Amino acid sequence: MKVALFIPCYIDQFYPHVGQATLELLEKLNCNVSYPMNQTCCGQPMANSGYERDTEGTTRQFIETFKDFDYIVAPSGSCVLHVKEHQPCLKEGGKEQAEVQAKTYELSEFITDILKVDTIQGSFPHKIGFHSSCHGQRGLRLSSSSELNEAPFNKAKALFAGIKGLEWVELARKDECCGFGGTFAVSEEALSVQMGKDRLSDHLEHQVEIICGGDVSCLMHLQGIAQRNNNQVKFMHLAEILNQAIS
Amino acid sequence: MSHPSQAAKFLKDEKRAHWHDETLWFVREKRDISSKKIPEWEELRKIASGIKDHVLSNLDNYLAELEKKATENGIHVHWAKDAEEHNKIVLEILKKQKCKAIVKSKSILTEECHLNPFLEKNGVEVVDTDLGERIVQFMKQPPSHIVLPAIHLKKGDISELFHKKLKTQKGNEDPEYLTHAAREHLRNKFLGAKVAITGVNFAIPETGEFVVCTNEGNADMGVHLADVHIACMGIEKIIPRRADLGVFLRLLARSATGQSITNYNSHFRSPAPGKELHLILVDNGRTNQLARDKFKNSLKCIRCGACMNTCPIYRRSGGYSYGSTVPGPIGSILSPGIDVKKYSTLPFASTLCGSCSDVCPVKINIHEQLYEWRQEITKAQGITGKGLSMQLANGIFKSPLAYKISGKMLRATLKTLPNSIIYNPLNAWGKGRDLPATPKQSFKEWYQKNRS
Repeated sequence: MKVALFIPCYIDQFYPHVGQATLELLEKLNCNVSYPMNQTCCGQPMANSGYERDTEGTTRQFIETFKDFDYIVAPSGSCVLHVKEHQPCLKEGGKEQAEVQAKTYELSEFITDILKVDTIQGSFPHKIGFHSSCHGQRGLRLSSSSELNEAPFNKAKALFAGIKGLEWVELARKDECCGFGGTFAVSEEALSVQMGKDRLSDHLEHQVEIICGGDVSCLMHLQGIAQRNNNQVKFMHLAEILNQAIS
Repeated sequence: MSHPSQAAKFLKDEKRAHWHDETLWFVREKRDISSKKIPEWEELRKIASGIKDHVLSNLDNYLAELEKKATENGIHVHWAKDAEEHNKIVLEILKKQKCKAIVKSKSILTEECHLNPFLEKNGVEVVDTDLGERIVQFMKQPPSHIVLPAIHLKKGDISELFHKKLKTQKGNEDPEYLTHAAREHLRNKFLGAKVAITGVNFAIPETGEFVVCTNEGNADMGVHLADVHIACMGIEKIIPRRADLGVFLRLLARSATGQSITNYNSHFRSPAPGKELHLILVDNGRTNQLARDKFKNSLKCIRCGACMNTCPIYRRSGGYSYGSTVPGPIGSILSPGIDVKKYSTLPFASTLCGSCSDVCPVKINIHEQLYEWRQEITKAQGITGKGLSMQLANGIFKSPLAYKISGKMLRATLKTLPNSIIYNPLNAWGKGRDLPATPKQSFKEWYQKNRS
């Protein structure tokens, strides 16, 4: 099984340690992982800004880079959702594009659904607040939505369940949006920051030690607000916690 | 005014914005509890959505059938292609009756048609009889929410308003006292009105009747006391059979307020002896929306307001920030269909979190339509600076080399520039947030050195 690591542009540029943790984690789970050097960005920022039609070149580049792998795995629900649902349909290579879209997975989803790992064995004695990113949760259905009348589930929580010492905190508003939303964070700056502050308060009121999530974008936004307000809470991506817990 | 500037204005009073958010979240939670008590909730949503799909695909036939049956029942049926025509029809009926004062029960359609100012200009006094509607009417404001029209006001605001308008005791904020004063005031209006106007929640072609849902009984009170009842409905309000009501009434109240059912669900089928019943069927842009494949199922909306209560944007920016009759997520996909230029910022007033679609009782894919409207709006805007920067980004992202160089340059710039320059007024990110720390190498560079 040839697994390609898809590292979104902002993780590549600002959070290389999340990329490293994802790589190491997948290797510990016995995957044959490589990072295709020609990858750039999936095109989500442009598409969500209303310019999906201008991302054809970016999309072509993405498909060309990843088409020969069995699976494409990214530590970002949001970018995966973009690849699966919002790439513009290319006139040529429709079949190839559909295949690439179908074999692209978010990290926790790949571990639970493809590798069939129910839970991770390890130790991580910390109190965690989990921020379910909206695109991961309601887009990729990585966890149940509070709006729906369905049996509760959460793929990240399931993976954490076997980790010794890890305390999972239930938040008051378990799946409220943090206010990032890509370019929304800039175009609706005041709202975005207010939403982030409220989200952060929910975690802080529950005295979490580490705010964890499957999307670095949400964490980047929350961390930016926490730092501005001198909150000492730590931030870690799901991949970093799982990777540390195993070693 | 654009949504971002209106939202920023609303958020200046952080305490009030917080209260607004909490109040609507409370309603959302009531809705959760109530909907989860029904094991078949998701099934009901699916059925309701299917019925509405069916209606929208056969709207012409159902409308014709509704007209036929309703006319047989003695209802005068009128057709209005737009708001102007609708308002004229209402005025003509009032003129025939020599009616100078009417009572109106909550109808978003008449808000959409701006009926109140039109009638007032023509010398007719209009009294909204829903308590929340009356409150905003006193304040000369439109409703800020389609189900909870005065949700943006606190008890103190209403106490002050009633003191001025209804001569209640200054500073008395007791809800029971204030409601009693409003009731007293409204009773007089009910008794004096020859004509009552209501909205329509559901119209049923099978029987030629329509149903109006209220919690205060104000529609019934108005209609029973008046000689003439005018009901105004958007043409999408149809459900095929009376039996389908069971599905929609269960969904409507639970989604709106968490109640099992609205207190009054009144059926109107034919006028009482000696009285008149008029039904106005209004298009006002609906057939245009029906013709838009990607957006037509926004017409399934039953106006429960659940998407507003759940929306983290609506809760924190208030109904007025949308500048449209129907605010919130559903308004943001309906309004651009009416005027794409005027409402161009609304589909961007969302993080595309998807909560609106999951909460919607008729399964409208609201957040997906918000995304689609963004694509349409940027096309309608032609060449803009934002568009050019997107094309530039595509140029960078389609070339691995250009991506690598610009990433390196970005990080180098962020590392060397002093904070006083990075955190400038043009950097909206940095106004309330810190930027992430800049690592010395990208993941790509690390991988190349250590793994390849």
